Amino acid sequence: MTSFRLSDEQRELRDAVRELARERIAPRAAEIDRSAEFPWDLKELLATQDILGLPYPAEYGGLGGDLLTCCLAIEALSAACATTGLILAVHELASLPIVMAGTDEQKARWLPDLAAGRTLIAFALTEAGAGSDAGSIATRAVRDGDGYVLTGTKRFISHGSVADLVTVFAVTDPAGKRNRNLSCFVVERGTAGFSVGRLEHKMGIRGSPTAELMFDDVRIPATNLIGAEGEGFALAMRTFERSRPGIAAQAVGIAQGAIDIAAKYATERIQFGRPIGEFQMVQGLLADMDAATEAARSLLYTACAAIEAGDGDAGRWAAVCKLVAGDAAMRVTTDAVQVLGGYGYLDEFPVERMMRDAKITQLYEGTQQIQRLVVARSLLAAHR
Amino acid sequence: MRIVVLVKPVPDTTGQERLGPDLRVDRAASPTVVNANDEYALEAALKLREAAGEGSVTLLSMAPDTAPDTLRKALAMGADAGYLVSDPALAGSDALSTARVLAAALGRIDHDLVLAGADTSDGGSGTVAAGIAALTGLPYLSYAAKIEPDGASVRVRRISPTGYDLLEAPLPALVVATQALGEPRYPSLRGIMAARSKSIVTWSLADLGIDGSTVGGTVATTRVLRAEAPPARAATRVIREPAPVAAAQLVEFLVERRLI
Repeated sequence: MTSFRLSDEQRELRDAVRELARERIAPRAAEIDRSAEFPWDLKELLATQDILGLPYPAEYGGLGGDLLTCCLAIEALSAACATTGLILAVHELASLPIVMAGTDEQKARWLPDLAAGRTLIAFALTEAGAGSDAGSIATRAVRDGDGYVLTGTKRFISHGSVADLVTVFAVTDPAGKRNRNLSCFVVERGTAGFSVGRLEHKMGIRGSPTAELMFDDVRIPATNLIGAEGEGFALAMRTFERSRPGIAAQAVGIAQGAIDIAAKYATERIQFGRPIGEFQMVQGLLADMDAATEAARSLLYTACAAIEAGDGDAGRWAAVCKLVAGDAAMRVTTDAVQVLGGYGYLDEFPVERMMRDAKITQLYEGTQQIQRLVVARSLLAAHR
Repeated sequence: MRIVVLVKPVPDTTGQERLGPDLRVDRAASPTVVNANDEYALEAALKLREAAGEGSVTLLSMAPDTAPDTLRKALAMGADAGYLVSDPALAGSDALSTARVLAAALGRIDHDLVLAGADTSDGGSGTVAAGIAALTGLPYLSYAAKIEPDGASVRVRRISPTGYDLLEAPLPALVVATQALGEPRYPSLRGIMAARSKSIVTWSLADLGIDGSTVGGTVATTRVLRAEAPPARAATRVIREPAPVAAAQLVEFLVERRLI
């Protein structure tokens, strides 16, 4: 089994992102949550500090960071603000189809601006009727001369309203076999017929705009097709192999942020004449929070190393780390609220926000139930 | 324009600073960072290089041999290279020894402008830069709020109790930076990666042609006699009200004490 060991460079990059997150991002987190406005200033900060360039190949102006390095950055950002951590995670998610399956021309056309953070990109797979069942997508792309015409509506699209580019998955062969009839396209903002519909009001990651995207006879050139026709579903699944660890990293970061608040509070809050951290019931909560987070982190880093090393079971690694980290984040943040008692329930402390933010890591990029399906299928296949 | 910035690794002031039995800062007790005021000097140097579109920014430091790890962060901010004078004989150096060693090192680095921070958060004498200027004969322009080099000379706005003094000196010159020059940047990730391959040259006293018995703790002209913790401060009252209410409470507070 491939194991991980952080290099000196990874440690330095992580520490730099941590410092930036502590000093520049954490102070903005409560306001971002309250106003539910996309933090353009922090997106700029991530671009200026080259954080958005981490996942891109050096030849396109990126830093060529491996999966673990990207996850270290998402984790460090998310410990301060889950919405900001998601800026990097979504940027990477939506770029992956181009990075993995794009032609040299397509990469040269889109990746340099994405790596520099001059443009943002969203990933449009989900529809109102196609969530966990991604194979039931209704959006159509019909070949027409030297291009395609897209029709349909996507929903729950992170960054959908702020993105300059969208990777869209649509059915190109309605008569084709399930999961072999999808194709992936890049649609640029401003293309005629492409519009943003409703913005969702969400429980958490409130600064991250979640949009409905409408495609009404949107004509795009054939050069915007990513990979071959019919490869869209497989490409989406390969994308998740590298993007789900990013969500696991967001979960670990949120959990760590909550632990740091709860542990500090436990040393300061006096009840019965002593800091509450001296009471064993509080110690038990804190210890379990710490252990769960550390376990999730170790699994995430191991998964990153395995996926990066080309492990044949990348899908399982990605699912297993998101499953464990998402559940850990939900439990840890809930317990953090418990440690803070009534104060934890107030928006004066960040733990209630972290608890709301944690929930999404159990839902998006495949619900925990879908992750379990992936893990169980892989496990059973290995023993058949 | 070739700029040399003096930087010192110091104990992280956000940690618990501890004094050793010799009443000097125990440098092993807390992590080491670039002295904050030196980061302002470095930021000013980087801005000057950017504005000129050419030139170099070189770090110069005198510190224990663990310093390269700390200097790396300054390189990550954008400095081109670093020189470190490190020698066991320098332990316990006072400001005069430090100035002598750095002055000798400066003689081996091409420079048009030398920038220094106002003082350090550990020693805090704020005299090393002036000492270097005295020893090298460089014009000394202190407390700069603005630095404007112009080919053969440099013009500096020196902060004074009544405003600014406008100073001008021929290059090369030594300028002491202040926080008025602007917040230091965060190292970018690209900068951090690039810093790993930048060079830090370490010089011993022998490399600089300095006799080890003429510098360091044994010949220090200053001695630490006593160390005292600062007196405990009375409880602080923090007003967290909207501005108009806070202003009224503040005025009331000052009036009660006959301060206004």
